[in-house]
Amino acid sequence: MKRRNFVKKATLGSMASVIGADIVFGAVLPEGYKPLALQDPDPFKMFNKDTGMEVLNDKPWNIEAKAHLLDDKVTPNKFMFIRNNGLIPENIDINNWTITFDGESAAQKKTYTLAELKSKFPQYTYQLTLECGGNGRSEFDPPAKGNQWTVGAVSCANWTGVRLKDVLEDVGINDDAVYIGYHAADVHLSRDPGKEPISRGAPMVKALQEETLLAFKMNNEDIPLAHGYPLRLVAGGWPASVSGKWLNGISIRNKVHDGTKMTGDAYRVPCNPVAPGEKVKEEDMCIIESMPVKSLITYPKSGAMISMGKKLDIRGHAWAGELEVERMEYSIDFGSTWKTCPIEKPSNRLAWQHFSASIDFPKKGYYEVWARATDSRGISQPMLLPGWNPKGYLNNACHRIAIKVT
Amino acid sequence: MQDHAKFKQQVKAIYRLMAGLFGLFIVAAIGILLLVSNPDWTRKKATEVEPEYVAIPETDDFDKIENGIHVRTGLIEADGLMTVVNNCTNCHSAKLVTQNRMNEERWIATIKWMQETQNLWDLGKNEEIIVNYLVTNYPPKKKGRREVLSNIEWYDLED
Repeated sequence: MKRRNFVKKATLGSMASVIGADIVFGAVLPEGYKPLALQDPDPFKMFNKDTGMEVLNDKPWNIEAKAHLLDDKVTPNKFMFIRNNGLIPENIDINNWTITFDGESAAQKKTYTLAELKSKFPQYTYQLTLECGGNGRSEFDPPAKGNQWTVGAVSCANWTGVRLKDVLEDVGINDDAVYIGYHAADVHLSRDPGKEPISRGAPMVKALQEETLLAFKMNNEDIPLAHGYPLRLVAGGWPASVSGKWLNGISIRNKVHDGTKMTGDAYRVPCNPVAPGEKVKEEDMCIIESMPVKSLITYPKSGAMISMGKKLDIRGHAWAGELEVERMEYSIDFGSTWKTCPIEKPSNRLAWQHFSASIDFPKKGYYEVWARATDSRGISQPMLLPGWNPKGYLNNACHRIAIKVT
Repeated sequence: MQDHAKFKQQVKAIYRLMAGLFGLFIVAAIGILLLVSNPDWTRKKATEVEPEYVAIPETDDFDKIENGIHVRTGLIEADGLMTVVNNCTNCHSAKLVTQNRMNEERWIATIKWMQETQNLWDLGKNEEIIVNYLVTNYPPKKKGRREVLSNIEWYDLED
């Protein structure tokens, strides 16, 4: 037994006496990791997040931003939401990290090391919008089960990696390929090694898009641990659960991938609209693909007071899943009138777009500034909640901020 | 080879003994410290806390209730609280409970889903206690099609 291990074990032994129970698997605890009963986790320090972020859940970790924190054109890590389904993998050994391609429709089973991926295929950087399918869930009535995201489960960072397309073609795709499904190193909450916390994927057409990356860098640095270090699938514009973190496998499937959270009602909405609270049969639920058109006012923070006669400058971002935002409007009279404001072109396909406006208020009082984006097919954000669905996905209702003119 | 294994076993035995002794030493030290600082400690404790928790230094605070909230989990103090704590916070955080609002049917469906897919055990007669606690303390709230903005923090916007 190495001396260090002996010391560690002895320390654990005494910790066990303090806790009053044996620490099962104590010997495999990572170095520097204190058992939960003894640690006071500070997620903001642990994940380098701004303390203004909101912790929705600490097991698994789920943390969201607020509208005013998302003001940057390119989202930095400190304001990026975390959505985990399982436990973050421990003891990542980047030198021995591999990703294995297999599945019914793979021409061969093939494994790549990280170094091989980086040297063998050209690298690309895209700014990609990732929004949690359940962003806005907290507003649904009747309420939907799960993390009660408000508006902050969206980000748009720069991602660098190789095209999934290039690697899939190197492996070889059979003609009957329908879907890809990812596998990853995160651990199920029950710690059952036979269970995957999440194993989702995308149809071949999305997998083969130029912007769909196997990424190893975020904002030009190693991907932070909570966001998928060392390897992450990034499929912008689709529910962020498609962008699997801590990737170690991809299966090329001859049917729709049936991994964890692909089936049942996970990341699915009723194929046909239903009344609020209505029961929907499993076979009547359809997988969410592109996310809907949406926007956020990121400046100023809601609650601003300005003096009469002053203009209010607002700005924010708008995005539309696979599509582009074509028109941006705002209203200060609850939708009675709308004014169009400029919207920039995206830095690349699937990146969010920036808008700004300068607003005059006619008299003193309480106002709400509402923002509404319209996509390239003429579909706009609703002012009320969109169609109710059992799991509370796809709430793209207009964002608004409160303003007082004094 | 056998000698080697035997030696290993002996080392293990000594290690266990030492760890145990160290643990006992800490427990004793904490006990003495607590007794010195508060002689009534053992008497008060007996009614509040289960004996297996005695060794924890923060025993007094472990299941503290403040303003009707179980501090350690954030759950509302009410009938069934500890049954919920013991059955529902092992795999996931209590925050997943306190964030949610459901009626009886949907809380039961959620439990069933966890049993079918998430390795939740059979709750037996505790299920009724848990469901009653959840429905009473975390019922759905009417929100309509869009709520008014609330909890606005007003501030002067400088520019």
